[in-house]
Amino acid sequence: MLLRNLWHKAVNAMLTFPEDSTSPQRYVTLKRNIILIMSLVCIVPLALMAGINYRQYRNNVESEIKRPIHVMAEDTRHAFELFIEERLSTVRFIASAYTYEELRNEHTLQRVLRTMRSEFGGFIDLGLISSTGILMAYAGPYDLLGNDYSQQPSFHEVSVRGVYISDVFMGYRKFPHVVIIVQRMAEDGRTWFIRATIDTGRYEALIATMALRPESDAFLVNHAGILQTNSRFYGKVLEKCPLEVPTGIHSTYITQIQDPLGQDVLVAFAPVRADYTLVIVKPLSVLLHSFYALKGEMLVLFCVGAFGVILAVVGVADMLVLRIRNADEKRSRALQELQHTQKLSSIGRLAAGVAHEINNPLAIINEKAGLMKDLVALSESFERQDRFLALTENILQSVERCQTITHRLLGFAKRIDVQFEELSINNVLQDTLGFLERESIYRQIDIQRDLDPSLPTLVSDKGQLQQVFLNLLTNAFAAVENGGCICMRTRYDEKRKRIMATIEDNGCGMNDEVQKHIFDPFFSTKKGNGTGLGLSITYGIIQKLGGDIQVRSQAGKGSAFTIALPLQGLAEATNERTEL
Amino acid sequence: MKKLNILLVDDEQEFVVTLAERLELRGYGVSISQDGEAALQRFIHQEFDLVILDLMMPGMNGLHVLARIKEIRPQIPVLLLTGHGSTREGTEGMRLGAFDYLMKPLRIEDLIHKIKQAVPLKTA
Repeated sequence: MLLRNLWHKAVNAMLTFPEDSTSPQRYVTLKRNIILIMSLVCIVPLALMAGINYRQYRNNVESEIKRPIHVMAEDTRHAFELFIEERLSTVRFIASAYTYEELRNEHTLQRVLRTMRSEFGGFIDLGLISSTGILMAYAGPYDLLGNDYSQQPSFHEVSVRGVYISDVFMGYRKFPHVVIIVQRMAEDGRTWFIRATIDTGRYEALIATMALRPESDAFLVNHAGILQTNSRFYGKVLEKCPLEVPTGIHSTYITQIQDPLGQDVLVAFAPVRADYTLVIVKPLSVLLHSFYALKGEMLVLFCVGAFGVILAVVGVADMLVLRIRNADEKRSRALQELQHTQKLSSIGRLAAGVAHEINNPLAIINEKAGLMKDLVALSESFERQDRFLALTENILQSVERCQTITHRLLGFAKRIDVQFEELSINNVLQDTLGFLERESIYRQIDIQRDLDPSLPTLVSDKGQLQQVFLNLLTNAFAAVENGGCICMRTRYDEKRKRIMATIEDNGCGMNDEVQKHIFDPFFSTKKGNGTGLGLSITYGIIQKLGGDIQVRSQAGKGSAFTIALPLQGLAEATNERTEL
Repeated sequence: MKKLNILLVDDEQEFVVTLAERLELRGYGVSISQDGEAALQRFIHQEFDLVILDLMMPGMNGLHVLARIKEIRPQIPVLLLTGHGSTREGTEGMRLGAFDYLMKPLRIEDLIHKIKQAVPLKTA
């Protein structure tokens, strides 16, 4: 249960990200999660495959390595058994073929030894031991005649079993040898023994025929774990073998162990008769050399594959997150625009309502004041008549001021009929500029005209466009100092099929906060001199004409308003009533 | 010179009474109606030279009244008053046969000017 909860938590943490926030952290998290999940999904199966392949291949390689060792161990073991068996049967043969008396004769014994040496090799000496254990006759390089073997364990064993093969030992002669003793029982009941010594150099020779590589080793040990031949790495003959030799095995047995030198080795134990165990040691590092090379290649391949996967995943995640981010931003921009339009619309409606409500009482005030004026004018002259006339005139003027405001408000709120005609934007700009020519001369404002003469004509409302340019130019005039510069530019945007008109000034400019609100109704920086409706009306008109307006401004540097207008005005704008 | 008879229709009492007085001061005969129904009744039973009609009225709408007047006596000129900043209702009224339209609040001089334009012979 706990595990399940944990798993759910982990998956949730990986798959979810803050949905509502638009912080960049969200996209970082999203990207990280996508990369993580996709990498896991791709790399885990890859790693599993690689792991399984590795194991299987290793098993194959091991069995392939073991087979030749096994064969070699078997062969060598047979060779040893054959060798020992041969020597044993030779000695048996001599014991049977000759009588005690014949062997007692030293010449005969010498001759037999010579023949054995020449025919079989490995024999060093030959002796005849009486039933009491005394060496009765001897042929060989040493003087052993008369030695008493009766107290030695070998003598007891041969008395019981009829045959004895000794472990390797130094004995009297101080070099390693093996003794074979065979018991002979004559028909008359007499018992004697033939004792032959074999040089263990023959063992070494047998091992040498295996032609082992220098890093491998092979040797014989006895039951007690004493080395019977010299080992390359594990000691001299008659020393204790450091490897643990299993007892009671009947066939060749191969295992992998760590030798006392700390090396991983493959060891084959092959029982030779019941007397010895042949041990073959091969270091794994050598055997598995090709496997290690392959392992390296596999690792490199895996790493390259994983790297490729990660690279692809990161690339895909990057692209995906970028797309999502772009879509989000687009959505939020559209939402902002919608909110802005809605704000303008609701403010416009509110303004229209207020204006309409005020308009009626305003009309009453107008009429009442007018009547007062009429009456005063008609009545006979009385004290302060002029003053009364002046006061009523003042009231009428104030009403007129209010009227312009309410009319502008209503004009902003309600759609004014748009009259489309074919016109040149350059001409409209020039005409509009005519209204401000006097001011520009008076204030020494430099007006630059960068008008593209090849502009196509467009179908739009001249009066409305004049209103727009007048608003923008008035603002520009208000923004620049005396002697400032205003630039008007027109050009045609081929791609968007729109005519672009820019009015740029080097005046006071606006900060970001102001820029956010410039199209809002009643927002003004002209402190008491503006209604705050100019740009919102401009915005409304441009929208109505199917265009858009952009502002670029920097406080202290100046502002640039760019209007983009379609060549053909919006058809719906002529018929439908859209409130702004 | 015969006095020019004007029918003034507007729902705002203060406005209509005051405007009527001002017109009377200038030598016009003015009758007042404060809603469309009453105005039409008056128009049927009485001779008028000119109708001044507010477009925004409760009950019968100004444009509706205009249409009925034009049915009854199409030769009588009608001046429309509109409180809207929009010229839409005004032009709509002119399409229905109104002589012209004026926006409230109005300057009395403009109104007199329009009256003289609408009924040139009688005021001449």
